[in-house]
Amino acid sequence: MTLLEQVVTVGVCVLGTVTTRALPFLVFSEGRPTPKFVQYLGKALPAAIFGMLVVYCLKNVDLLAGSHGLPEFIGIAVTAALHLWRRQMLLSIAGGTLCYMLLVQLVF
Amino acid sequence: MAVKTNGIRISALKAAFPYTIPIFAGFWFLGLAYGIYMNVSGFSFWYPLLMSATIFGGSLEFVTVTMLLSPFAPLQALLLALMIQARHLFYGIAMLDKYKGMGWKKFFLIFGLCDETFSINCTARVPEGVDKGWFMLFVTLFNYLYWVTGATVGGLAGSLLTFDTKGLDFVMTAMFVVIFMEQWFKEKKHYTALIGVVSTAACRFVCGPNSFLIPTMVCIFCALALFRKPIEKAGGLAQ
Repeated sequence: MTLLEQVVTVGVCVLGTVTTRALPFLVFSEGRPTPKFVQYLGKALPAAIFGMLVVYCLKNVDLLAGSHGLPEFIGIAVTAALHLWRRQMLLSIAGGTLCYMLLVQLVF
Repeated sequence: MAVKTNGIRISALKAAFPYTIPIFAGFWFLGLAYGIYMNVSGFSFWYPLLMSATIFGGSLEFVTVTMLLSPFAPLQALLLALMIQARHLFYGIAMLDKYKGMGWKKFFLIFGLCDETFSINCTARVPEGVDKGWFMLFVTLFNYLYWVTGATVGGLAGSLLTFDTKGLDFVMTAMFVVIFMEQWFKEKKHYTALIGVVSTAACRFVCGPNSFLIPTMVCIFCALALFRKPIEKAGGLAQ
């Protein structure tokens, strides 16, 4: 990629981000009530989206080949267990990541 | 007049800062990881610095590293950015009321509306006598600065690293697992969380690893629209 192509690539990422953040404020301007269906979506979507993002991170895992997704599964289990135990975001993320790094570097 | 304005700012700053301390820890950790990830991918620190300051969206910035290492495809990059960031549409919808009448501050509040800033500004109880606009502006600004400085330091210090960073990108997966769990704890019923996981997994298996995000979003939207009645009837969605 040339520098210009890199600038364009980052530029469209900025454009995409700003669009998604600003659009609701542009569409539903101040002083008008938000439609009921949009209000419902606002409440129903976050959980679905976070579920989607977790699966998205695992998109390259192949259950039938290589390590069969075992390091990912164990890493997530450790993250979840730490989070259930202490409920400290930083600790859960650090612990799960460290565990995964050790697994892919030393075991698998 | 100037003294009064300063007083308003300082009290808002003092009220806002404690709320952002956990974000400082999280953003420095993730920001560092992102900066290091860019560094080991062969980019100078200018990249994490400028990308974190302009995009200001953690998950997309990680994905952008892959984009920069792939053949030039701006339309695909824009679509992916819109898909990954689409959830912000709903943060915006939730903040329509709170960001009303903020004047010039509104531009930065909207620009910096990431997951964490949204969570604080949406839920924090601003102490009495503290200006809400300045409070939310400082929350947004602090979080923004944590992320940009973390990413830059990671980009600078990454070259000093001597240990093997293979698997470091798992930090992103772990972050989403934790956010997913936090959302799960907040909700009494888990229909929408399950719709998200099942739709995505199904689309990933049917469409393969490279083109399943758009079908997934369509599936989720349709499922939420189709099952609106039972979901609303069951209740239990987080506010």
